[in-house]
Amino acid sequence: MITIGIDLGTQSVKAVILKDGVVLSRGQAFSGFDPAKAGEQVVAEALKKAQLSLKDVKHVTATGSGMDMAPYANSTISMMSADAKAGVHLFPKARTIIDVGAEEARAVKCDEKGIMIDFVVNERCAAGAGTFIEAMARALEVKLEEMGSLSLKAERASPINATCVIFGESDVVSLIHRQESKPEIARAIFDAMADRVSSMVYRLGVNPDVVLVGGVAKDVGFVASLKRKLGIDILIPEYPEFVGAIGAALVAASRVK
Amino acid sequence: MPTKNWKNKDLITAGVDVGSVGSKAAIMIDGEVYSWGVMRTGSNSPDSAKKVLSWAMEGTDLKLGDFKYIVGTGYGRVNVPMANKAITEIACHAKGANYIWGPSVRTVLDVGGQDIKAIRCDETGRVTSFLMNDKCAAGTGRGMEVFSDLLKIPIEQIGEFSLRVDEEPPPVSCTCVAFAKTEAMGLLRKGWSKEKVLAAYTRAMAVRMGNLINRVGLEKELVITGGQSKNIGIVSRIETILGVKCLPSPNWRENGLDPMVAGAIGAALLGKALYEKSQKS
Repeated sequence: MITIGIDLGTQSVKAVILKDGVVLSRGQAFSGFDPAKAGEQVVAEALKKAQLSLKDVKHVTATGSGMDMAPYANSTISMMSADAKAGVHLFPKARTIIDVGAEEARAVKCDEKGIMIDFVVNERCAAGAGTFIEAMARALEVKLEEMGSLSLKAERASPINATCVIFGESDVVSLIHRQESKPEIARAIFDAMADRVSSMVYRLGVNPDVVLVGGVAKDVGFVASLKRKLGIDILIPEYPEFVGAIGAALVAASRVK
Repeated sequence: MPTKNWKNKDLITAGVDVGSVGSKAAIMIDGEVYSWGVMRTGSNSPDSAKKVLSWAMEGTDLKLGDFKYIVGTGYGRVNVPMANKAITEIACHAKGANYIWGPSVRTVLDVGGQDIKAIRCDETGRVTSFLMNDKCAAGTGRGMEVFSDLLKIPIEQIGEFSLRVDEEPPPVSCTCVAFAKTEAMGLLRKGWSKEKVLAAYTRAMAVRMGNLINRVGLEKELVITGGQSKNIGIVSRIETILGVKCLPSPNWRENGLDPMVAGAIGAALLGKALYEKSQKS
């Protein structure tokens, strides 16, 4: 059985085609001004890669902050439920799923069937989401993709007390003026963000195994800082930014009768 | 400028308030303001402290040796080299507000460059409780500067611009300045005027400040100190939200005291008390 999951995030739109629990293809694009159009685009891309057409698809489920705008959707599912479903599907022992996206961070507690039990979310403050790293990379004049590997070169972190994107920008500038090294500043930035994310996770309780998903999971610098903060190993799937879409596609399969 | 003859008085004290954005200094003779100065804080706090104090001393004939006691306060208070003591800006703002507006002041909202404080005090200007936000830029002067840059409106005119709307728009829904900026760009793209976007943002920030005041407990009279006491858009909205009038600020445009100097005045007054105490013992 073939289903599609679409995840309309604040920054990018993702789609996966799933056949009996296996991912056939993926599509991704920036949300831009017209997330619905981006949705059509990513579905077309995924269908093309899998050499399928919409007629072959039994059910389409949408998730993400823009789920109500999703094209072709037969149903929708909350981001937390999609994370739980996909997290346990990919890692059967997963009980805590942490999802760090561009503008939001969530932690979901789930059971062995991938049913959500509880969750916490930060959607009010940019300091606990990908936006923070983007803004700090700009202040540091480093490419976003290079921030992570740069931070791993540091033995220590510069002293920084940035808990806010706006204050963080001026903090980074004064660290540069004090001639602190860029790797140490980068590490401080990831530590500050991991602090915020881990304190959110602690509110929920840390139940192993812990899985990290969402676009920010691709950043090795953030992953290293979060592991240090939580003091346990963290599992990361191969394409962490597609986990929400996979969850939606799994839910779509369960809704076909 | 100053007309008093200070040479036959003896108790000259100074307060130096090195804030995150502005540095302020006040010189007081026998507990009366004699001279004051305000300037931008530079990258070096001790330098800013020295500069603002010499600015306040300009044209007064005073020398550093004439001061019996100097108190440093504000974000950079430990970096005031000539200070005899550092005192938190919370105590200084309450004391300074008591001096500027009189003993009826019970609640002081201090809106600075990087933090917001709601302070309760008694009729002598002594702090009874306070709450502060120093972790988040929402509502601070820094947050306002972000919007001033975004909308290309000079910071001095931002309050007045925010009131140029026929009807108050709903506040922006994001409290985080980084998110609010994105939301504001969306509203501009939707065709909202700059003034309307600014009104929506100022409203949201005023709501935040109102919440802080309500949490510490509002008791009349209320006054606003710090740089944003000059933002008429913030002041008038706080008054509407809380349903009380703030005591009017001195006319700082025409020789009156600048409400930004409240912390430095409080510091100099506390310095006077500390000096007198040290003389008795």
